[in-house]
Amino acid sequence: MDIVLIDYGAGNLTSVVKGLTAVGASPRVVTQPEAAAGADAFVIPGVGHFSATASLTGAWTTTIREAIDRGTPVLGICLGLQWLFEGSDEADDVAGLGLLPGRCFRLSGNVKVPHVGWNTLDAGAARESRLLAGLPAGASAYFTHSYAAPVGAASAAVTTHGVPFASAVEAGRTFGVQFHPEKSGTTGLRMLENFLAVVREGR
Amino acid sequence: MLAKRLIACLDVRDGHVVKGINFEGLRTAGDPAELAERYNREGIDELTVLDVTATLEGRRALLDTIREVSRRLFIPLAVGGGIRTMDDARAIIDAGADKVSLNSAALADPSLVTTVARVYGSQAVIVAIDAKRGEDGFEVFSRSGTSREARGAVAWAREAADRGAGEILLTSIDRDGTRTGFDCELTAAVSDAVPIPVIASGGAGTPEHFADVFLTGHADAALAASIFHFSEHAVRDLKTFLDARGVPMRLDW
Repeated sequence: MDIVLIDYGAGNLTSVVKGLTAVGASPRVVTQPEAAAGADAFVIPGVGHFSATASLTGAWTTTIREAIDRGTPVLGICLGLQWLFEGSDEADDVAGLGLLPGRCFRLSGNVKVPHVGWNTLDAGAARESRLLAGLPAGASAYFTHSYAAPVGAASAAVTTHGVPFASAVEAGRTFGVQFHPEKSGTTGLRMLENFLAVVREGR
Repeated sequence: MLAKRLIACLDVRDGHVVKGINFEGLRTAGDPAELAERYNREGIDELTVLDVTATLEGRRALLDTIREVSRRLFIPLAVGGGIRTMDDARAIIDAGADKVSLNSAALADPSLVTTVARVYGSQAVIVAIDAKRGEDGFEVFSRSGTSREARGAVAWAREAADRGAGEILLTSIDRDGTRTGFDCELTAAVSDAVPIPVIASGGAGTPEHFADVFLTGHADAALAASIFHFSEHAVRDLKTFLDARGVPMRLDW
């Protein structure tokens, strides 16, 4: 199973590698799209500012779009989930992939931002989520972010911090999580296992 | 709803966990990787490794400890103590830490906060503030509580947040190691003044102390060491107690 972890310069990938390794994968950290040929799945990690996703514009975007069209599983984590949408108020001049409708927005309300800590995953509109299979509604996951994606038809889980946002999305074989499964204890490892199960069934 | 976090702190010297009373008189309390794994299993929300001596030899041992701890830990890991430069921060993050905690070095050169945040993101930067009650309110001390700084705790916390810190770790020197309760007044003063989460530290002795710091101290997280290390109160018991008191807790793990 060739899991490609895209290193586009948005933060530290050590924990994501460890998480995937713990559930039996041997992820390959790749910086250039040419090196991703033959991948069975893509993981798009990322922490920090939305402008960092500008490095995904161009060749990576083409590679990922083609992969999604072929049905190759894709998992976006944190900034990787946000990038699946049209863009973000955090960086007006940087376009997202646009696979999912809407723009990411800054969290607000009578709450502290960034949203840091464990919060619950409530049921979203997307039914029978494969990513969340086996997890009870209201399971806790670890978040750390200031911007978030809008709730929509693809939302597999919704979390509220001041306002509700999409904490997990699922469209075909493309998945996204706003939290960090690699830092969410056994709940997070279960989601990574579920993702690998999707990758396996499609090979 | 966002849960309040319980953070276990491992004070580490030369690869061993120790815990001091008012930063003095250290005694050994166990193997860090073993403790980390236990906390992971018992439902602690986050782990902080604090290098309490930070000598040159100790630093190499620390990196080994971080590697060993992070290999078995799937909850957030923060590391602090003796981080002076961007290179120090990088080495610690490369070894497997998710966050670095900056203290004296950030006071000496506040731009370090921004430098680390630009590369790793604000979520990776904690500014640790050691505060003590004095004639001028809540005073800030650096170098393990030995050197008094010109600025107050609230002003420094605000500046740290402005410069890109993602969280504040606020330790009461007066209460540290005393088990007489957190300094809720100090915690509330800082927590109410900054938009970022504040972790309260110093003084945990009973479950009631945790309820106080969350409910009246407005803490977003509470950090303790010995109360967890010696199994005096199992993490689950503490969480159940706090949940019943109306403090939102993560109860599934």
